Amino acid sequence: MIANLVQLAAEEEQNPLVPPGPELLVGTIAFAIVFFFFWKKLLPNINKVLEERRAAIEGGIEEAEAMKVEAQSVLEQYKAQLAEARHEAARLRQEAQEQGAALIAEMRAEGQRQREEIVAAGHAQIEADRKAAASALRQDVGKLATELAGKLVGESLEDHARQSRVIDRFLDELEEKAEAAR
Amino acid sequence: MSADPTQLAFEWDCRILSDNGCGFPAPGLHSFLFKPIATVGGFEFNKVMLLALITTVLVVGFFWAAFGKAKVVPGKLQMIGEAGYDFVRRGIVYETLGKREGEKYVPLMVSLFFFIWIMNVWSVIPVAQFPVASIIAYPIVLAAVVYVTWVALTFKKHGFVGFFKNVTGYDKSLGAVLPLVMVIEFFSNLLVRPFTHAVRLFANMFAGHLMLVMFTVASWYLLNSWMIPAAGVSFIMTMVMILFELFVQAVQAYVFVLLACSYVQGALAEHH
Repeated sequence: MIANLVQLAAEEEQNPLVPPGPELLVGTIAFAIVFFFFWKKLLPNINKVLEERRAAIEGGIEEAEAMKVEAQSVLEQYKAQLAEARHEAARLRQEAQEQGAALIAEMRAEGQRQREEIVAAGHAQIEADRKAAASALRQDVGKLATELAGKLVGESLEDHARQSRVIDRFLDELEEKAEAAR
Repeated sequence: MSADPTQLAFEWDCRILSDNGCGFPAPGLHSFLFKPIATVGGFEFNKVMLLALITTVLVVGFFWAAFGKAKVVPGKLQMIGEAGYDFVRRGIVYETLGKREGEKYVPLMVSLFFFIWIMNVWSVIPVAQFPVASIIAYPIVLAAVVYVTWVALTFKKHGFVGFFKNVTGYDKSLGAVLPLVMVIEFFSNLLVRPFTHAVRLFANMFAGHLMLVMFTVASWYLLNSWMIPAAGVSFIMTMVMILFELFVQAVQAYVFVLLACSYVQGALAEHH
């Protein structure tokens, strides 16, 4: 009850819109300290760091930009080189093909020539052999003719039948000779 | 009696439906009176002053921890601090004053915002449970700082005659109504505006505290026999009011700083 009375008495004095003096003082001091620290120390501190960070980020961006440009130029260079290499390779292939074709044609011509040579040589050999054979034969035929003539003379030539028999025999002998020669 | 009779100021044994004949111990102006904790040479030091000073310690302490050794790559605390700083700097100051003009006023506005906000938040912190700004002296100090800044700035920018043209909204094209407008503007800008600036913050916190105390006291007062469900409702309302107050505390800090910025902007504006 006494406490209530004290409160009532206090309430009569109090108007919530009239500031008590001590509170004004404490409020001023409290705020002044906050403001002082923010103003002199904390915000300059953080602003410096924020500025550094901004610079770092911008520096990083610039660096990245430069690297991108460089990479682009390197890529272009590389592409150009690649195209050149391709071109060169195509040219070489073409050249090789041409050379190969020429080589093949040359080889073919050479082969042809050699074949013709060989064939010609063959023909000459055959001709020589034939000639040799013919001359040998001619000698043999003369000898045989002489032999035959001797035989004919040796034998009687009265009848036709006998004649033919002799001739047949001669031919058979001839054949046998040829057989033996083979 | 409670441990702190001057804060809640009601009888613990006073309950609804009890027959000791006492009524609802409604909160009132006495809820905003505190017995001094200590008296030093006639200076009475009370709980609200203590809370105001703790606010200073907390705000400076937090930002010292966050920005004291600020790094380009921030730690967690610095990141939080930067977010708060950026909110005031970009969200309020740059928005109203622009980057070039506003930069000078950033320290003032940042200090105002965090000082007011933490002063308000005490409202819902257990044991403290009192918004410092609901004692008008504190909003008055802050409004006075803004007022002095504004007046000084207007003088500096426009000179003596320019100052009066600025605060009276002098505009020849108004013709015959000009004297009337000038009188109204003069009173509005020079006398009413600092008052409303302070009272807006004060009254919001004052009313918020009354509501919180009322529902808290009622939760206890109703806690008897068949009225217990009503006590439950009152308790839920207390919770709702705490959430709502958290919102209002931040909004009031924001509004106070926003208005301060708009006053400064008025001072800097070219006369036309």
